[in-house]
Amino acid sequence: MMNKLLLGRFIPGHSLVHRLDPRSKLLLSFYYIGIIFLANNWQTYLVLFLFTILAVRLSEIKMSFFIRGVRPLIWLILFTVLLQVFFTRGGTTYWSWGPIVLSQFGIVNGIYIFMRFVLIIFMSTLLTLTTPPLSLADAIEAILKPLRVVHFPVYEVALMLSIALRFVPTLMDETEKIMNAQRARGVDFGEGNLFQQMRAVVPLLIPLFVSSFNRAEDLATAMEARGYQGGEGRSKYRVLVWHAIDSWSVVGFAILTVILIWLRA
Amino acid sequence: MDITFKDVDYTYQAGTPFESQALHDINLTIADHSFTAIIGHTGSGKSTLVQHLNALLKPTSGTVTIGERKITPETNNKHLKPLRQKVGMVFQFPESQLFEETVAKDIAFGPMNFGMSAEDAAKKAAEMLNLVGLPADLLERSPFDLSGGQMRRVAIAGVLAMTPEVLVLDEPTAGLDPAGRREIMGMVTQLHEKQHLTVILITHHMEDVASYADHVVVMEHGTIAKVGKPSDVFQDVAWLQERQLGVPETTEFAARLQKQGFHFDRLPLTEVELAAALLPQLPREAVQPHDE
Repeated sequence: MMNKLLLGRFIPGHSLVHRLDPRSKLLLSFYYIGIIFLANNWQTYLVLFLFTILAVRLSEIKMSFFIRGVRPLIWLILFTVLLQVFFTRGGTTYWSWGPIVLSQFGIVNGIYIFMRFVLIIFMSTLLTLTTPPLSLADAIEAILKPLRVVHFPVYEVALMLSIALRFVPTLMDETEKIMNAQRARGVDFGEGNLFQQMRAVVPLLIPLFVSSFNRAEDLATAMEARGYQGGEGRSKYRVLVWHAIDSWSVVGFAILTVILIWLRA
Repeated sequence: MDITFKDVDYTYQAGTPFESQALHDINLTIADHSFTAIIGHTGSGKSTLVQHLNALLKPTSGTVTIGERKITPETNNKHLKPLRQKVGMVFQFPESQLFEETVAKDIAFGPMNFGMSAEDAAKKAAEMLNLVGLPADLLERSPFDLSGGQMRRVAIAGVLAMTPEVLVLDEPTAGLDPAGRREIMGMVTQLHEKQHLTVILITHHMEDVASYADHVVVMEHGTIAKVGKPSDVFQDVAWLQERQLGVPETTEFAARLQKQGFHFDRLPLTEVELAAALLPQLPREAVQPHDE
């Protein structure tokens, strides 16, 4: 089962993309999702496509990981694409049946929507594959920092986020372990009708809750024992540094934006 | 029910950059009614190996034969229940698998999954609670109200209630006090001797290996480094220590005596053997009681 949960998991490396500051990576990923909506003809999509491929190549991660990221969402994507294809009118109509039409615009729009999904998934997968979760939490903390002015609990949110991310693998191991223990006692997970499957989850969930509460208590004790008193005035072990490559990435995205505006219809 | 591993390899997360081979080319036979101890330092593949015994893991290549049942990489995940009933598995810290409202229900959970009626399972639960040495008035208590040692025993009772033919225990005494350890090990020996269960025990306690096991498997880096009787395997103290493993304290003591000039044909594993071997070598006056 662990093999399936690989989606979006960090893959260690030393590529250009890996070395980018997590803040710039996070902001640029969001920015990218914004500027994707500038594209409205094949030239602009081609430019975006080439840009994304370039980013993927720079990360030195195999393409298959990105394609695997699309797979879990493929039904949602196909559903949206089919809606576009069959309910958009305009241009030459090839076929129609009641409200459903197969038109030139529909097909083109369908292809664009598909491209948009794939590009967004590729770029966000790139973010999570090349950034350790804790760096991502640091980046979110840094970005949220201005909100302290309005008394938003930035440190607490960042700490919660780091702890949550830190315990994902632990919880996954624990789940696997308890599933195995219950399987050994004759539970069949993922078999039988819906009611049976729901019942099979109980012997898994209760031990997981119990151990999570115990662990939370242990963690709180351990943190207090080491003198943790909240985030105010706390220095950082991992200091985020803005490098030249971060500035160059911003320049790259700016150029991309200019090209898109210039090429769009 | 003999258990045979033939050319078994196992790789975690095969086909990803995280893949790691945990077992290499394992060939091993565990005889019916034997008491086998598996030793090896952390990460040597002990737990991975035992999870093949009831098909929680299937070999990446090779065959595991458990009684009549052959498990290969192609084996379907369905219809494994009869196998899982026959091979009871007590994981590390088994108390984490408890979930029911009462101790009785938790012990009855396994047998009922394998088709026992609620009535019979309740009877079985009472019987098993007694077998693991807990008083009957715990039956209606919540398992989460018990002490750590009691929870451990309830969890073991839950596995024993399935009436397995093979009992696999992964460090059953980890974290228990010496008395708790002796009681659990005593119980396991009883099951082995009186009910003729095949026992497979993963442990770091060499004393347990010396006093209870009739076979010992030494694992190292996912391979089997040595198989034999404890009395043979523990002869090579240096070899075991190189592998971060120890020998029983008595054996270590004897090995040190040997360096100081004492002679042993074979290094003893228990105090009784040690005393017997030492007696003829001590000067007479040291052995004789002083009457005056």
